[in-house]
Amino acid sequence: MIPKTPPASAPTMIEFRDVHKWYGDYHALRGINATIREGEFFSLLGPSGCGKTTLLRTIAGFEGISEGVVLLDGRDMADVPANKRPTNMVFQSYAIFPHLTVAENVGFGLRRQRLPKAELAGKVEEALTMVGLRGFGARAAHALSGGQRQRVALARALILKPKVLLLDEPLSALDKKMREQMQVELIRLQRQVGITFILVTHDQEEALVMSDRIAVMFEGQIAQLSDAETLYRRPNSRKVADFIGTMNFLPATVLNESDAVVEVEAEGFGRLSFGADQVADDGDAGTAIGFRPEILTLLYEGQAWGDREVSAVVEEVVYYGDMTYYDVRIDGSSKTVRLSARNVFGRPVFDRGVRVRVGWNPGALILFR
Amino acid sequence: MARRAKGAGAETAGGLLLIAPPAIYALLLLAAPLLLLLTYSFLTDGYLEILREFTWANYSEAWTNPLYRGVMLRSLGVSALVTAATVLLAFPVAYFVSFHVDPARKSTWLFLITIPFWTSYLIRVFLWKVILGYNGVMNAGLMKLGIITEPLTFLLYNVNSVIITLAHAYAPFAILPIFVALEKIDRSLLEASQDLGESKIVSFLRVTLPLAMPGVVAAVLIVFIPTIGDYVTPQLVGGPEGRMVANLIQLQYLRLDNYPLGSALAISAMGIVAVISLIFLLLTRRYIRGPK
Repeated sequence: MIPKTPPASAPTMIEFRDVHKWYGDYHALRGINATIREGEFFSLLGPSGCGKTTLLRTIAGFEGISEGVVLLDGRDMADVPANKRPTNMVFQSYAIFPHLTVAENVGFGLRRQRLPKAELAGKVEEALTMVGLRGFGARAAHALSGGQRQRVALARALILKPKVLLLDEPLSALDKKMREQMQVELIRLQRQVGITFILVTHDQEEALVMSDRIAVMFEGQIAQLSDAETLYRRPNSRKVADFIGTMNFLPATVLNESDAVVEVEAEGFGRLSFGADQVADDGDAGTAIGFRPEILTLLYEGQAWGDREVSAVVEEVVYYGDMTYYDVRIDGSSKTVRLSARNVFGRPVFDRGVRVRVGWNPGALILFR
Repeated sequence: MARRAKGAGAETAGGLLLIAPPAIYALLLLAAPLLLLLTYSFLTDGYLEILREFTWANYSEAWTNPLYRGVMLRSLGVSALVTAATVLLAFPVAYFVSFHVDPARKSTWLFLITIPFWTSYLIRVFLWKVILGYNGVMNAGLMKLGIITEPLTFLLYNVNSVIITLAHAYAPFAILPIFVALEKIDRSLLEASQDLGESKIVSFLRVTLPLAMPGVVAAVLIVFIPTIGDYVTPQLVGGPEGRMVANLIQLQYLRLDNYPLGSALAISAMGIVAVISLIFLLLTRRYIRGPK
């Protein structure tokens, strides 16, 4: 189960006000404005070099900012050094201390509290149990596997009960199976401890699976900040649409427009009209209509749909077991579009070269202009 | 399986063949003289010849005569002080180059550190004589500045000058291993330490220093072992009270023609260095067990 967004009324944990960061001549962060709520699983998603890790490190205190304000729990972080911030981080490399045991790693940040030995050991064991490493305390840290290191890094950060846990691409070094397992565990852990998690990732699927809200970043700016479903269904620009999942584009020309409705002539689909909420920025790539592979339906013989259908020819078939991807050319269009269909028992997969009917739904289309 | 074993055998033979020349070389030039030395140390000294009579007398002389014992202890003391001074001074240099020098400039810095090696060891020792001598740079400078009215005499020809000269000569040997150990430290470990609430100074003590220990241990051994047997420096700048064990061995061999006693002193010094090094390694072994 993916937890749903904490209500918009949840208190603000982190606020960025017009944050800029320069490295010499390089403008790494270009005016970041965002608020992150208490108890939220928040992701910073973007290609490498977009500034997402820099932004995370400004929260941790490893990077100063050139302009703007970072507020953490209402407090300006400008003069607070990294070791005095109520945040803890899981590093991309995990940064497990190689000269210490697992228990010493996990208890590293507790030493300043000068707890009695038994209490310290109890807390460490509790933290290790939470991440599924009970009884691993005495092991040498350098003898652990990648997944185990990650868990140690998590336990080491969470044992200090931070207000915010920062995760810098924590799953990128794991293999696919392990990654999927850790995604679920991180979600479970976040709900269990109830604190704000901020995840940096370049993997859009990971962001969609785990986050309450996602900020998509390009070139030092937040391009869109919304929950996963809005991001996927209603990207606000062609760039975001391209980055998240697959989006088909077909060229279109605007015929008429009013405040509420835009009427276009689109390749393959003919005349269409779009409500204002269906319009997104095309980023100078030219006016086009866009749709996800699964929102057009390939109709099998005799299946009724209605008048909103076009006919097309199947040009390529990619079989995935549970799904099949079809590259089809809609009559009257210059390029193929990718459609996906869930495979159902008893219904054969369409062959290449077959003529098919494609059902569509006007509400699911997006106009990029 | 059988074929693999055969292949492995051929590989072993090839390997042995490859290491044979250096092994023979090492055996002839290191082990053989050492064995000869060991044999001499148990023979009796005649006036102009060596009598082939087994005796413990050389060792008992080497270990009980207060003169020899004193020089041995002084050698150990000088060596310990040189090692401590060199490693303590080398650490900040290595740390600075590793942590604060722009990565593109690091090789230049290392190059600069090795520059003293470009001149002969002997010349460097002579230069210290020029600097520390009665009419040397130091005295002349201090007198010109009016800080002193007559030349200082404690600068040269004593233990101090030996320590200064040796510490300078061995500095690069200490800087380089410490630098390598510091370079290997993942910088995110230091960020992690700060992230977990420790200040920069405590992070240094809890993370950097323990991880740099293999380099420090190597530096200590690299400096300690050769300095204890150094001959040139004490000979040139040590004066009578700066004499060390190597000078004593030279005296026995070349001046007094007493090979057996000289050998016994040499073997004793070697044994002492070996024992101290082993104890040191045992004490620091928890820092040098290699991760990964």
